[in-house]
Amino acid sequence: MGLKSAISCKHIHLTLAGKVILNDISLNIRQGEVTTLLGPNGAGKSSLLKILADEIKATVNKDSEIHYFNESKANWNRGQLAKHVGILPQQSSLTFAFTVREVVELGLLPLSLSRKQADCVINDMLEKVDTLHLETRLYPLLSGGEKQRVHLARVLTQLSESGNKTVLMLDEPTSALDISHQHNTLSIARNMADKGAAVIIVLHDLNLAAQYSDRVLILNEGKIQADGTPWQALTAEKIEQVYQHPVEVLKHPSADYPVVYAI
Amino acid sequence: MLLRQIPFSLLMIFVITLMVLVATFSIVVGPMTISIFDSFKGLSPWANELPAHIQLVIHQIRLPRTLLCLVVGAILAISGTVMQGLFRNPLAEPGIIGVSAGAGLGAAIAIVAFSSIAMQYPLLMNIAAVPLFAFLGGALTTLLVYSLGTSKHGTSVAVMLLAGVAIGALSGAGIGYLNFIATDQMLRDLSLWSMGSLAGATWSSITLASVCLALLLTLFMRNAKGLNALLLGEAEAGHLGVNTQKLKRRLILLTAAGVGITVSIAGMIGFIGLIVPHLGRMLTGPDHKVLLPLSALMGALLLTIADMIARVAVTPAELPVGIVTAIIGAPFFLYLLFKQRGRM
Repeated sequence: MGLKSAISCKHIHLTLAGKVILNDISLNIRQGEVTTLLGPNGAGKSSLLKILADEIKATVNKDSEIHYFNESKANWNRGQLAKHVGILPQQSSLTFAFTVREVVELGLLPLSLSRKQADCVINDMLEKVDTLHLETRLYPLLSGGEKQRVHLARVLTQLSESGNKTVLMLDEPTSALDISHQHNTLSIARNMADKGAAVIIVLHDLNLAAQYSDRVLILNEGKIQADGTPWQALTAEKIEQVYQHPVEVLKHPSADYPVVYAI
Repeated sequence: MLLRQIPFSLLMIFVITLMVLVATFSIVVGPMTISIFDSFKGLSPWANELPAHIQLVIHQIRLPRTLLCLVVGAILAISGTVMQGLFRNPLAEPGIIGVSAGAGLGAAIAIVAFSSIAMQYPLLMNIAAVPLFAFLGGALTTLLVYSLGTSKHGTSVAVMLLAGVAIGALSGAGIGYLNFIATDQMLRDLSLWSMGSLAGATWSSITLASVCLALLLTLFMRNAKGLNALLLGEAEAGHLGVNTQKLKRRLILLTAAGVGITVSIAGMIGFIGLIVPHLGRMLTGPDHKVLLPLSALMGALLLTIADMIARVAVTPAELPVGIVTAIIGAPFFLYLLFKQRGRM
């Protein structure tokens, strides 16, 4: 594989209140790929994402370290890192009555754009996630799915100056979306990866993962149980072993990716 | 939504005009009848044509009092605005984390402890001892509440608010005890001060408050973008490159300083810091870059109006201004609670 490293971490341990969440995870996230994190509830997917995004710290371990684009985390300042690494949270606690456009504008914070450039970027991103028609609406009055899309536009705005060093992390980005917006969101992620970004997505839907990922990681009990292409990782035995539920894996009738049926 | 379509510049011009009118009216109003014409004359270079006692009332009483109202109102309002942003809760108020109560206890300790020197050196008492103790009390309370509410995972807003409630109760008990052991004279000073009064305006207290307002507004504005990001949540603000721990610490200390100084100068005046940010957000939305200047002006306006009501409601006596702001503010707070009850 000639793909360059976007994030690499070694020997990540996380223990919360005596419970081992992540146990010695070493990982290299590559540029130009969509990497999907799968696993049952409580497997540690979101925790791993938060550690990779420097939101929470791994439990102190002298061996653990995280590199962004082959630079140690310690060498990045916050403002610089924010231009290159964006994360869409599962949900946001924003309750103040910003307009949709103002929420997206918060993504401009780490950037230094002129007013005109900024307006252009904001319009593009609102359009991309199909929220341009909502721009003057008040954020707290939106539906859950609309809110999720607005935050995606905010994160895309944040990454609009990232150049060739881009990491987009999405934590269950489709949980509140209808089928058309699910595919729109994942297509945006796919396109960014095709242009060289590293995309990491936490998902629950195995079939969405199969359709959009280059690489699938299955996490369970704090360990990586499978790591490979959708065909390599999403085998019936592996899924049954991790999720404790019988499944059948078939080939999609018109495309080359696996389809998982629960039995 | 309709309100928020008013252009910001138009809004500012409107509020500034209103503030100038109210401030002027505040100089005209009082137990002693002075005509509008004479009031204006008193502020002009031709003031010395007026009788000496009218000059005295305008220059030594009404003008300083009005100016102090404007400045203290502005400080209370911007401190409240920042506090609500910091807690991401529109019901938070400087009083709520215990800063006012802590500052109050500090001031009460100073009033009781130094009552022996108060007769001989009233100036030293009013401009140094009470403000210093109020400020120290406020700052210590804030630090205590802050360290109680902060763990290695960040600051828990819930713990901090509850700690504020507990410390407020403790300060209340302390002030109650001081009331119990105080002599009659101390008691009068204590109760007058604790209800809040702007009658004691002096040029030195106006200077102190003005410097404080200028510094606070400058520093708050410099952190406005970070504060906006903080409304998204601490983690999200962190991902946008904001050093959230540093930002929170800085804003908490600045707010404590603002509240400490207003408490020392004018006593505990509640609810300005609650009402003003709410009205401001209805007009401009939560963006602190525009909300903070608007809040400063509206706070100045509101406290001046409250003080006028305090002066004329029971003439020739006057009400403590804290009573007026509570009469307006407490039902407003209840109304907000009522609106939020489904979400709490």
